[in-house]
Amino acid sequence: MSRLKIKTIEDFQNDGTSPETLFWIGCAGSFDDRAKRITKAFVRILNSANISFGVLGKDESCTGDPAKRAGNEFLFQMQAMTNIETLNSFDIKTIVTTCPHCFNTIKNEYPSLGGNYDVYHHTQFINKLLEEGRFSIKGGTYKGKKITYHDPCFLGRANKEYSAPRNLIKKLDAELSELKRCKSKALCCGAGGAQMFKESEKGKTEINIERAKEIKENTSKIVATGCPFCNTMLTDGTKSFEENKKVEVLDIAELIVKAKDL
Amino acid sequence: MELLPNIIFSVILIIALGFFVINIKRLRRNINFGKGQTETIDDSPQRWKNMIRIALGQSKMARRPIAGILHIIVYLGFIIINIELIEIIIDGIFGTHRMFSSIGVLYGILIGLFEIFAILVLIAVLIFWTRRNLSRIKRFYETKMMGWPKLDADLILYFEIVLMSLFLLMNATDVEFQNMNNGNLISGLIYPFFEGFSSETLHILERSFWWSHIVGILIFLNYLYYSKHLHIILAFPNTFYGSLENSGKLNNIKSVTNEVNIMMGKTSESDTLDDINFGASDVKDLSWLQLLNAYSCTECGRCTSSCPANITGKKLSPRKIMMDVRDRIEEVGRNIDKNGWFKDDNKKLLGDYISKEELWACTSCNACVEECPISINPLSIIMDMRRHLIMEESSAPNELNNMMNNIENNGAPWPFNQQDRLNWNE
Repeated sequence: MSRLKIKTIEDFQNDGTSPETLFWIGCAGSFDDRAKRITKAFVRILNSANISFGVLGKDESCTGDPAKRAGNEFLFQMQAMTNIETLNSFDIKTIVTTCPHCFNTIKNEYPSLGGNYDVYHHTQFINKLLEEGRFSIKGGTYKGKKITYHDPCFLGRANKEYSAPRNLIKKLDAELSELKRCKSKALCCGAGGAQMFKESEKGKTEINIERAKEIKENTSKIVATGCPFCNTMLTDGTKSFEENKKVEVLDIAELIVKAKDL
Repeated sequence: MELLPNIIFSVILIIALGFFVINIKRLRRNINFGKGQTETIDDSPQRWKNMIRIALGQSKMARRPIAGILHIIVYLGFIIINIELIEIIIDGIFGTHRMFSSIGVLYGILIGLFEIFAILVLIAVLIFWTRRNLSRIKRFYETKMMGWPKLDADLILYFEIVLMSLFLLMNATDVEFQNMNNGNLISGLIYPFFEGFSSETLHILERSFWWSHIVGILIFLNYLYYSKHLHIILAFPNTFYGSLENSGKLNNIKSVTNEVNIMMGKTSESDTLDDINFGASDVKDLSWLQLLNAYSCTECGRCTSSCPANITGKKLSPRKIMMDVRDRIEEVGRNIDKNGWFKDDNKKLLGDYISKEELWACTSCNACVEECPISINPLSIIMDMRRHLIMEESSAPNELNNMMNNIENNGAPWPFNQQDRLNWNE
């Protein structure tokens, strides 16, 4: 695959310019093979809308979210302060990210440590571009198709953002078919609170399997979400579906890229 | 001799209120035992709005429609019927009879309203009893709910059945009131059952119902402190002090900020020389707000029934966390009552009440916080206890230690090199 056009914030500085926004990629988006495809999809969207954006590259480091929620406040604050120093030294004002965990941490937990930015989840950012007339989405591939949506906890309940991703699904002319537990009542995928990095405690079943049961009851063949960790958990959870029940778990950015053939 | 009932009434009233005040003081002392950090509580008008909307307006109850609507009936009944208490207390102290009946039509409207609510409350409470005891709704039957919590829940229902019945019977046997025919909407229907009774018997019955009703209310008032029913008072401060921030925000520990600033060379002054505990292992490490949360909990279990860990059979139950905190602070309170100060009892919230297994099962998804009808935050307690496990005991599951080592060494939870952060574009 060909390389996408990206510039680091340092490149911008060397040119004596500054980008409109920083794209905070996050650890999953940088290193996880599945999540890298989400990163690329969003870059394609930004490029097609001619948004000047920069990435931190080797200057980006974990926000500290999994450490904080595991209980390691020291490590979290070390990470946070280092990142805030970097962001402030580049005079960053606006941040967009495809990871709701990064989004939540930078938006809610960095301010009292000296990091104040306008933070967007990518679904919010794309909505903003639509409103400003800088980007458009037309039905195409998904016209009339049933798509269901899984609310990431850190975008939904944690930050009360239920409409931005749904609005984009509707823009695809797709039929949004809600899961039984959705919006503020959505069931977690099982990855949050550092669970992604450990075995779960003993129980009857795994949380992503429980969520997958609900996905199966909903007859959509496409499960949209807006979080790389939810993506992994739901892909795993739905893997065992019989051939005729198979579903595809896609990030909303990927849906848009496919619909627009970017 | 004529004054004797008035004196007895006043004495009972003073004793009941006295006990109530003692219990409220004990409650305050216990809640203030929590020394943990809270977010600064500003006096934003939003706090009043939240209290009016969530506690007074019951805005979150109807998320579960059946229980929600039944609860709103009982709640409205409680508030409205208690207006009658003003008259009952005045009558009791001054030996009057239906002091306000002279206001005429309005009196009839009020009493009529009270009677309608009394019968609605009776019906709602009977349905509640059926739900709890016959439909055996799953969330009422976890281990922690057995014993006292189950008895407490049933006792509250019995109290309400008895009090509502006494209220209606007291009106039904009041010949003078029935003859006024002003507001006896329900009691007027019960009155015929007493038709054959002599006026003397009816008077004795009316007095017995009247006295049992008010004494019952005063007993119920003093039962609150020992019961989950305390929520009828504490729901108000609890929703007032509830967080105004996005629920995704987890507080940054200030003493850690100081330490990190020193480590990063941003400041050399340490104002954290005091004996600091990171996180919480016992109730003293929790904040007063977290303890207020525990005393406010009504054990409805909406949190637990929406918890993904609990749904999938893990040990974690957010309601149990809240009940454990209350049980422990009560134990500590009794210890202080006995010794005059807290004498170490070699017990802790962590370990003796709440196990590591429960704490590590949480996904921090905020479902429990979202579900609570009165803004209790079980997640903050779980997180504070994890903080203790990690920062004081260094006791984390191994995989989490690996994750944290990776973040520390290469800035990502996985073992990838920070220099390779742009390799996704290869």
